[in-house]
Amino acid sequence: MKTENQKAWFFVLPVLLLVAFNAIIPMMTVVNYSVQETFGDNLFFWEGLTWFEQLLNSERFYNALGRQFLFTFLILIIEVPLGIAIALAMPRKGFWVPVCLVLMSLPMLIPWNVVGAMWNIFALPDIGLLGYTLNHVLGINYDMTQDPIAAWFTIITMDVWHWTSLVVLLSYAGLVSIPEAYYQAAKIDGASNWSVFRFIQLPKMKNVLTIAILLRFMDSFNIYTEPFVLTGGGPGNSTTLLSIDLVKIALGQFDLGPAAAMSLIYFAITLLVSWLFYTLMNREDLNTEGER
Amino acid sequence: MAKITLSKLRHSYMQNPKGPEDFALKEIDLEWQDGGAYALLGPSGCGKSTLLNIISGLVVPTEGKILFGDDDVTSLPPDQRNIAQVFQFPVIYDTMTVYDNLAFPLRNRKVDDAIIDQRVREIAEMLEVTDMLGRKAAGLTPDNKQKISMGRGLVRDDVNVVMFDEPLTVIDPHLKWKLRSKLKELHQKVRHTMIYVTHDQTEALTFADQVVVMDLGEVVQIGTPVELFERPAHTFVGHFIGSPGMNVLPCEMKDGAAFVNGQKVDLEGPLKAGMSGKSEIGIRPEFVSLGNKGLDAKVKKVSDVGRHSVVEALIGDLSVMSIVEGTLPNKGDDVKLSFQQNQTRLYRDGWLATEMGGAS
Amino acid sequence: MQKRSIVPIVYILFLMLPIYWLIAMSFKTTNEILAGFSLFPQTFTIEAYVTIFTDPTWYWGYINSIIYVSLNTVISVCVALPAAYAFSRYRFLGDKQLFFWLLTNRMAPAAVFALPFFQLYSAVGLFDTHLAVALAHCLFNIPLAVWILEGFMGGVPKELDETAYVDGYSFPHFFVKIFLPTIKAGVGVTAFFCFMFSWVELLLAKTLTAVAAKPIAATMTKTASSAGYELGLLAAAGTLTIVPGAIVIYFVRNYIAKGFAMGRV
Repeated sequence: MKTENQKAWFFVLPVLLLVAFNAIIPMMTVVNYSVQETFGDNLFFWEGLTWFEQLLNSERFYNALGRQFLFTFLILIIEVPLGIAIALAMPRKGFWVPVCLVLMSLPMLIPWNVVGAMWNIFALPDIGLLGYTLNHVLGINYDMTQDPIAAWFTIITMDVWHWTSLVVLLSYAGLVSIPEAYYQAAKIDGASNWSVFRFIQLPKMKNVLTIAILLRFMDSFNIYTEPFVLTGGGPGNSTTLLSIDLVKIALGQFDLGPAAAMSLIYFAITLLVSWLFYTLMNREDLNTEGER
Repeated sequence: MAKITLSKLRHSYMQNPKGPEDFALKEIDLEWQDGGAYALLGPSGCGKSTLLNIISGLVVPTEGKILFGDDDVTSLPPDQRNIAQVFQFPVIYDTMTVYDNLAFPLRNRKVDDAIIDQRVREIAEMLEVTDMLGRKAAGLTPDNKQKISMGRGLVRDDVNVVMFDEPLTVIDPHLKWKLRSKLKELHQKVRHTMIYVTHDQTEALTFADQVVVMDLGEVVQIGTPVELFERPAHTFVGHFIGSPGMNVLPCEMKDGAAFVNGQKVDLEGPLKAGMSGKSEIGIRPEFVSLGNKGLDAKVKKVSDVGRHSVVEALIGDLSVMSIVEGTLPNKGDDVKLSFQQNQTRLYRDGWLATEMGGAS
Repeated sequence: MQKRSIVPIVYILFLMLPIYWLIAMSFKTTNEILAGFSLFPQTFTIEAYVTIFTDPTWYWGYINSIIYVSLNTVISVCVALPAAYAFSRYRFLGDKQLFFWLLTNRMAPAAVFALPFFQLYSAVGLFDTHLAVALAHCLFNIPLAVWILEGFMGGVPKELDETAYVDGYSFPHFFVKIFLPTIKAGVGVTAFFCFMFSWVELLLAKTLTAVAAKPIAATMTKTASSAGYELGLLAAAGTLTIVPGAIVIYFVRNYIAKGFAMGRV
């Protein structure tokens, strides 16, 4: 059991100061923008909640938000089961484990704009490996600069390529922490492979998996650089996610007010969904507290 | 429900074992009678867990056969052997209720629901966990969790053997005793063959009718607790069982008589034929007494261990333990040690080399 | 067992394909790239790499990135260590709320925070310094570091602390001499994740720098737009951005494996 100790605050203080410096001041600036209108030259006019009203009534916002949700939804339903499946199939010990871990981590270590750029090159219809293979070997008409479906396919594939390993690594961490005796007991109890997964592996992976889903949700919901470099939001607006739209408004049109209002709503949505995950996770912890 | 026979069993964890030192188990021949309560006793690394895993089917032996009754099960997987095993750490299915945990082995075997219900309630009753049946297993205390693991082993009435792999390791000391007597009681009720693996002599001796002592991959002795105590077949057993363990004193053999530090020691009976090698006298501290005849020794240490005292004396530079009640000598006193003759045995190369004495 | 290993093998092949394509392209001439499809470089050239290693605007990009990433890793780990200790050992007023608040800092859309960040760091006179980027990246790295370290520390029994105090160790002495070595693997894993997230982030790094501390990623974006379509050069620069990450992960691979064995990452 943890002991009550208010002095522990001193340990947390440096973290608090550093993060607060980075989080609170810019956040106040954004709040400030969101209620004002600017014409450049540091001229600001009070606008109240106009931007919020405008935004919540604009179709453009809902479209971008819808695309963002669709993207995150697709990412989660592909990456999470895929990541678990790969983790289950990985060897538990031996020479190949570090090799697998290193190779699988590679995509996560590439700067995000490079990821976008390399997938752009990779997908070029006539000279990229993916584009060429699809068009000239498999005979599928594929050009992500023309076809929204192709663009979505490329963006999703890129993210699966980029981030599935995170789910793999976390699930794998959960899996290797399961003592051998559980598998032996299950064998003796005559449990099927499915039962082993359902009653042993999944419950033991649950904590790390919640973290994986939470991280994947937050990061995919805020994703900007990779899809922007890959498709620039096109063709048309078909891959303009909320984050891309936001930057278009903020830096492209320099409409700081609407952009700030938008990012606050954006932030609120992310926070709400994450909070739901977080409380669900904590509630489960309460149920299993007697274990310790 | 059958006799279990292990025949010429050898096992090595290496791909190509060469010498005998590569084997974790060296040539084991054993029979476990149906319905017996056995303990498998030995220090860590003696191969007892390997033997257990071979019986349960988690490990396939390098050589030899395992028979359940007359059926050769050597290559059968665990779930087809009708066995149950309880592990060192409680293995429970966290997300299930206690009831579902107990029912799990039966459900996997497609047993009728009504029978499952009856069995689960019966076992829960025996283990005194009936009031927990509806609870999530994750929230239980370690001893209750271990009870549930045991329950999963006992719930099937067709098991050939239930095996316990040091099941009390994580249990608090005051609960150990309770669970152990519970287990003994359960054995008397269900009459399954049970094999209890442990390195703790108290656990082994209190639980089992027959104790199998192992060391360095070999079975050293099989016997009732009393036999193990009184006539250890090997100096290892003498050492391992008893507190303090048996005194083992190097001796010289001259014309069939034994001499310790130049002084003659009378043995329990005639020597077995055909034994050779290093000679040692074995005698338990319980049968060494201080008196005015016997071997000359000097008292080195006297320690009070409660009901009696342990006197450590030196014959030359050989240390001998003696359990003494009543008046105690002082440190540095010269004393005479007498060995009770019918408990004084000779060992050659570690193995018992004297026959039991005649009617004397 | 053998059949199962198909899955990770296929997955790793899938991961390697785009990387292979990037590397292959970096050894091709621009003409060859634009002329059409070729699986292997036909006329093998290292011209792109020569350009990068001889032009200061290129190689300084790498050096800048490495400086602020290392700086950030050190700051994040050092600051997160005591905080994680506090979270894993003590209960205090508002601990749960604080933990969640830390986590929320990963959720802010970086895109719009870029401008306020620019203003903030200009105001305190840190604009275009390595320290600015290193500090800004603390926003998302410290919460992560605290979380990972807390997990590892939670796995160390409290008895260790108590024994050390009984043995007469002072807190700092105990922390450095006894506690840190026991969670070595955790520190390795944490440093790795901090390095990774700081290395791959570009938006803030680009916003907070102009010349002196400009990261490699920014140099690349500029090339992409100004020099037309110099794909070979871009591919070579991209390939080189993978190298530091690969080196770091090679060094911490055993820690990571151990970290996994401890069951918490």
